[in-house]
Amino acid sequence: MANQELIEKINTVLSEEFEVDIENITPDANIKSTLELDSLAIVDLVGLVENEFGVKIPSAEVGTILTFQSLYDYIAEHQA
Amino acid sequence: MDRRVVITGMGIYSCLGKTLDEVRDSLYTGKSGIIFDQERKDMGFRSALTSKLEIPDLKKELSRQQRQFMPEQAKYAYCATVDALRQAGLDQDFLDKNDVGLIYGNDSSAVPVVESVEKIKAKKDTTLCGSGAIFQSMNSTVTMNLGCIFKLKGINLTISAACASSSHSIGLGALLIKNGLQDIVVCGGAQEINPYAVGSFDGISAFSTRESEPTKASRPFDRDRDGLVPGGGAATVIIESLESAKRRGATILGEILGWGFSSNGDHISSPNVEGPSKSLEMAIRESKVDLKKVAYLNAHATSTHIGDAREATAIANVLGEYKPYVASTKGFTGHEMWMAGASEIIYSMIMMKNGFIAENLNFENPDEDTCRLNIPASRIDTGFDTFISNSFGFGGTNSTLVVTDYKE
Repeated sequence: MANQELIEKINTVLSEEFEVDIENITPDANIKSTLELDSLAIVDLVGLVENEFGVKIPSAEVGTILTFQSLYDYIAEHQA
Repeated sequence: MDRRVVITGMGIYSCLGKTLDEVRDSLYTGKSGIIFDQERKDMGFRSALTSKLEIPDLKKELSRQQRQFMPEQAKYAYCATVDALRQAGLDQDFLDKNDVGLIYGNDSSAVPVVESVEKIKAKKDTTLCGSGAIFQSMNSTVTMNLGCIFKLKGINLTISAACASSSHSIGLGALLIKNGLQDIVVCGGAQEINPYAVGSFDGISAFSTRESEPTKASRPFDRDRDGLVPGGGAATVIIESLESAKRRGATILGEILGWGFSSNGDHISSPNVEGPSKSLEMAIRESKVDLKKVAYLNAHATSTHIGDAREATAIANVLGEYKPYVASTKGFTGHEMWMAGASEIIYSMIMMKNGFIAENLNFENPDEDTCRLNIPASRIDTGFDTFISNSFGFGGTNSTLVVTDYKE
């Protein structure tokens, strides 16, 4: 499980990079629709997670991470 | 079909100003846009001279997704094109309903290439290049971005012809309109301004090293010229058929009378006399211009010894007896390269519309070649209605445009 500090950092980074209000980033919200990601912008999400949190999301697994909660959990689980 | 081609919109993002009025004031008052850039010196540049221009912040105008694909020169081009479309009276509704074309000059995009290579080498992970890198890296980055942003549906084409790129873009756009294949084409050129873009150019000793006097460094045709100064930005010229302009009730700013072109078929960097002469002669022939009416020739002259000398000889050979004023605006701007053909049409149009010919900045003494020309060392306050603009590039590509004030 991701701790609150990690969640807040993830939300801040995503909000700044994708220029959305941080209030819109909630655990159950859909990542793609909230961040307005098309297939190209998902590449930026993957790169951001790798650069900021040191977690590489394989392309085969990107499609399984639908909500912010699942992203928090994925990052927490795979961080060194 | 042989239709007349007119200019109905102009926009510029230049070291001389970001509006036509600002540029007019710089040209009128002899204000140079050249500076010394310490960053370049620290990087080991032979010459740290460059034009100065900030990258526009387009957060309010464009979405993050749109900006993601835009290198600096595409941002300059966006600003210039917004202004040009506005002046032409072309709103998004019109662009949505008509097949407006886009031909723009651009011949490099260094920063995204460098940054991607650095990431790949350091991380061995291409995903980290990001989604924008490929679109920013390509020479066609400006046309792909502008085409999508403005939802243009006519021809979409980048001209990469070195420093003649955007002159060719206007010439080719005019040809398509003349032949009835397009009614309106957004033409222009964009040039990035960053050290990576010109480092290798600096490496061949092409740049002026008059670093102690930045505003005097670019001195086309002057005896003591010692090389060019790199510049950049973007310039957009909207051209359309006379019928289209009249139908829309657009303000007609000028008319493209003719385009000439040639290739030197010679050395990759040293120009000759024959190629530029042929380009000039073809433009004159195609335009059927009365040379007595050509009051001004905006020269390509970049402030290199051999380039200016060869162009001076070509101009003197072709136009000698008519003695028009011959001046290069590169004394003000440095060499705007891929942008120069379009920006110099705008600089010349501004002069024509405001009744003056800007001085050939920093021209103090002629040499044995440039003495054959009528080069103004100070501003000439005179009305005129026809001018010629030369643009030449590496590899020996030459383009010449003849433009006149519009008359029924």
